[in-house]
Amino acid sequence: MDELRELYQQLILEHYRNPRNFGELPEATHRAEGHNPLCGDRLEVALRIDGEHIVEIRFRGSGCAISQASASVMTTLVKGTSVSEAMALADRFHRVLLGQEVPSPELGPLAAFAGVREFPSRVKCATLAWHTLRAALQQVSEPVTTE
Amino acid sequence: MPSASEVISVETVAQWRADFPILQRTVYDKPLAYLDNAATTQKPQVVLEAEERFYREFNSNVHRGVYYLSERATELYEAARRTAQRFLNAASPEEIVFVRGTTEAINLVAHCMARSRLRPNAEIVLTHMEHHSNIVPWQLAAEQTGARLRVIPITEQGELDLSHLEEFFTERTALLAVVHVSNSLGTINPIEELIRKAHAYDIPVLVDGAQAVAHLPIDVQELGCDFYAFSGHKVYGPTGIGVLYGRRRWLEEFPPYQGGGDMIRQVTFERTLYNEVPYKFEAGTPNIAGAIGLKAALEYIQQLGLERIAAHEHFLLTYATEQLQRIPGLRIIGTAWRKAAIVSFVVEGIHPHDLGTIADREGIAIRVGHHCTQPVMDFFGVPATARASFALYNLPEEVDRLVAAVQKAVELFRA
Repeated sequence: MDELRELYQQLILEHYRNPRNFGELPEATHRAEGHNPLCGDRLEVALRIDGEHIVEIRFRGSGCAISQASASVMTTLVKGTSVSEAMALADRFHRVLLGQEVPSPELGPLAAFAGVREFPSRVKCATLAWHTLRAALQQVSEPVTTE
Repeated sequence: MPSASEVISVETVAQWRADFPILQRTVYDKPLAYLDNAATTQKPQVVLEAEERFYREFNSNVHRGVYYLSERATELYEAARRTAQRFLNAASPEEIVFVRGTTEAINLVAHCMARSRLRPNAEIVLTHMEHHSNIVPWQLAAEQTGARLRVIPITEQGELDLSHLEEFFTERTALLAVVHVSNSLGTINPIEELIRKAHAYDIPVLVDGAQAVAHLPIDVQELGCDFYAFSGHKVYGPTGIGVLYGRRRWLEEFPPYQGGGDMIRQVTFERTLYNEVPYKFEAGTPNIAGAIGLKAALEYIQQLGLERIAAHEHFLLTYATEQLQRIPGLRIIGTAWRKAAIVSFVVEGIHPHDLGTIADREGIAIRVGHHCTQPVMDFFGVPATARASFALYNLPEEVDRLVAAVQKAVELFRA
């Protein structure tokens, strides 16, 4: 149960129940769709970017607690940052989930996802939003998948 | 239908259970509760031994050697074909084609139909509850030939809606391909009626029996179907071996499936004479050990008795349905009148994947996802379900553990 509590931390459950920045962004300049074929989860990330600056971000879709909370937390972290800062954060989050980097306090709410490392089949749930963000920032028009 | 009154004793199930070595293992320090039998079943000792014994004592190639080992291997492989023939009550062993599994069996029929029988505007009739493996091969065949697919709808209970069945059968209909037991809903379809009605219009029928053979006695002659496909690994046999039953007239009429060794009689660079059925469809070295393992599996369940297995599974289905339904917010997807021991469900506010992870940490293996039936998920408006599917070795205590795990998930998510 301890590992489960570690996985389903209050922060994750709270974001799952009350996702931030959820919905359509009609004035988006960048958008991408992410897909996890294993579970059928679909996610759309839409951004309004002004120069280097992420002015607005929203996501839509349905999925498990981990994927929805990860998307919600992500939107709160990258809103207001620069594109390169968002990319750097995406890389960092990846390294933590792959066990290549120890989570540090400066990761902030992302540290809550460190428990996912103990559940290999769920790592893709946590990274789907970030994969999709990266695709949107690079304006990949094809839907990305976690495979 | 199994007689619901027959009760299989706890001692009997304990004996059956002891035949499966893997069930003694633990997962995360908990006893394994394996409830994903619709995905694949565990293997009894007799199957493990049959495969191993072949490799230890008889390993050699079939249908070619003149030496002792190859003759014995050929005998064992052909004996497996006769066991499969008797298991399905096919008219002759030549009507049994060994394939990798149900998927390959359906692909074989689709491929051969595309090359021989499908014309532009021909219609292939499927149902809304087919597994992707009984949809995609037909889409490929349709793309290739200009044929098109028609889909028999389903009801909210997860049963076939046969109210307009005869509208699906026209002079353009080339085939009806239907699942016997739905892997995501558990529905047992009235294939006897479907076959009878299709045959009234001279329409051949393929039955996807992947989920049926471990639970229901099958008699292809009594059913009268043209094709019946199943996988060894879902009936306590090895992976990578399965059976396509095809009525002789079709197998004779069909062109070969794959080219290679064993499926030929004579090859020159100008032309090739093909081998007779069923060898025409078995190019290359087959899964010899797999066929021998499958033989052991089929004999094993026949010895236990399919009616008795069905009675035990029916008890588990009833018990699991009752117990799960008590959980507030839990909805069972698939409430057909006739069901095999498969319970698909969703819980309000909890994604099936999270349920699957929480159950896993309790040592309980259930499947979560779309079960390769995305059209079924779309129909019920859910992205995925959690699915518990039972086999002869499952216990009511394992249902209790599943219920407790779901309740734990509910507490965790509502805390």
